[in-house]
Amino acid sequence: MEQFLQQIVNGISLGSIYALIALGYTMVYGIIKLINFAHGDIYMLGAYIGYFCMTHFHLGVIPSLLIAMAICTLLGVIIERIAYKPLRNATRIAVLITAIGVSLFLEYGTMFFVTANVRSYPPLKGILTQSFKLGNIVITAQQILIVCITVILMVFLQFIVKYTRIGKAMRAVSLDRDAAELMGINVDNTISFTFALGSALAGAAGILVGIYYNSINPLMGILPGLKAFVAAVFGGIGIIPGAMIGGYFIGTVEVMVAGYGNSMFKDAVVFAILILILIVKPSGLLGKETKEKV
Amino acid sequence: MLEISNLNVHFGVIHALKGVSLKVEEGEIVTLIGANGAGKTTTLRTISGLKKPTSGTILFNGNDITSTLPQDRVRMGISLAPEGRRIFSSLTVLENLELGAYLRRDKAEIKKDIDMVYERFPILKARRKQAAGTLSGGEQQMLAIGRALMSRPKLLCLDEPSMGLAPLLVQEIFDIIQDINQKGTTILLVEQNANMALQIANRAYVMETGTITLSGPGAELMRSEEIKKAYLGG
Repeated sequence: MEQFLQQIVNGISLGSIYALIALGYTMVYGIIKLINFAHGDIYMLGAYIGYFCMTHFHLGVIPSLLIAMAICTLLGVIIERIAYKPLRNATRIAVLITAIGVSLFLEYGTMFFVTANVRSYPPLKGILTQSFKLGNIVITAQQILIVCITVILMVFLQFIVKYTRIGKAMRAVSLDRDAAELMGINVDNTISFTFALGSALAGAAGILVGIYYNSINPLMGILPGLKAFVAAVFGGIGIIPGAMIGGYFIGTVEVMVAGYGNSMFKDAVVFAILILILIVKPSGLLGKETKEKV
Repeated sequence: MLEISNLNVHFGVIHALKGVSLKVEEGEIVTLIGANGAGKTTTLRTISGLKKPTSGTILFNGNDITSTLPQDRVRMGISLAPEGRRIFSSLTVLENLELGAYLRRDKAEIKKDIDMVYERFPILKARRKQAAGTLSGGEQQMLAIGRALMSRPKLLCLDEPSMGLAPLLVQEIFDIIQDINQKGTTILLVEQNANMALQIANRAYVMETGTITLSGPGAELMRSEEIKKAYLGG
């Protein structure tokens, strides 16, 4: 039982990171029906930006996090403007292939600048090195940090989407782009804003994973990116709470498989889940079969 | 108020509007009738800026708006309740109305206008917290018209407001359109229900495969033999 609870704690920490990445996937999908395969690489860049902030500029965790988020936001918007916006009326497959191209460009472009070497995050100081014991369950300060930051970001995101003008515009554009335009909504700006939000969350996830796993490399975005995509599909792609639930679910499953079974299989299990969802309920946990009234 | 001249619109190789010209004067109800695929919806979509014309001009209150963005046209006072209603189905009725006032910042006035829409359509008030997709067809049409009114348009364009509605509801919608017009909003109405549209219209245009073939006062067109045969069932 204790081991189980311990795995739950670990699963929630990892799941937070997947959830943050999955949110970007799902929001972008919701608004332009694109699986943005470059999203995992934004997360990788977030990890590197955080790394340089902490090692070269000796900044603390929180300032580094904010800087990583800000730069990733900018990158997300630039990528959308340069790579995806010219394809607004192209076929979906053209945009998808472009996304894969952007992903490779970011991976190998980063490798050119920082080399392919694995780098390790600087050791944390002070309270962040501590861990707490609840009975025999160990909770590290890092895990608490990860979960707290994730929860704060999610609450903030929900607030933006539910209550702000731009959030309403996002929902309107994702439901019906033409009708949104008839309301006077600037669709291009709304799409840019969606990329900005998603990229900021991915940047945050990048630096958190650097802190958690301690090592980063230019290709680190591929696998977590794909898993976060599975998380988004699990929850119902395009649905924000779905991505959160999916992220925590995938994180927990992965940790459980590694803890109780064989860590060799943890990736396989995640993708087996994807296959299962696509067979059983392709619209995802919170997805609805869409019916249209005429 | 609105003056379209020699408008050409293409969808790829398909020539959808072939030199369409029409005029709407302030205070009028003008209707555009014609068969399926004649180009009525395309005309409205081009007026609202969703579709770019290949050539021709659109003047609104003397300004050339041919190449302005849809949002600028909303700001100038053109509003469209599109074909098929296109309400935001998973948002509530109230949120739909609020989105109609997206470009406005005058909160107090927006609230007044929402109350005005509720007064006009009491059923929307009763359902204000319900997801718009759960409304019946007629209620959705009322919401689409209410939402289009929320930008305080000078020119309200309506695309097939009677589509798919029961005859009693059709009568109600047309009464509402007349009432909106009497309160000062100019109306451009696209309809397949030519009979009803001609009854309330000051003037009418008849469209056939991308061109305007006939125009004149609504009452006059109603008596025309050609129209009777083609659109009014004898």
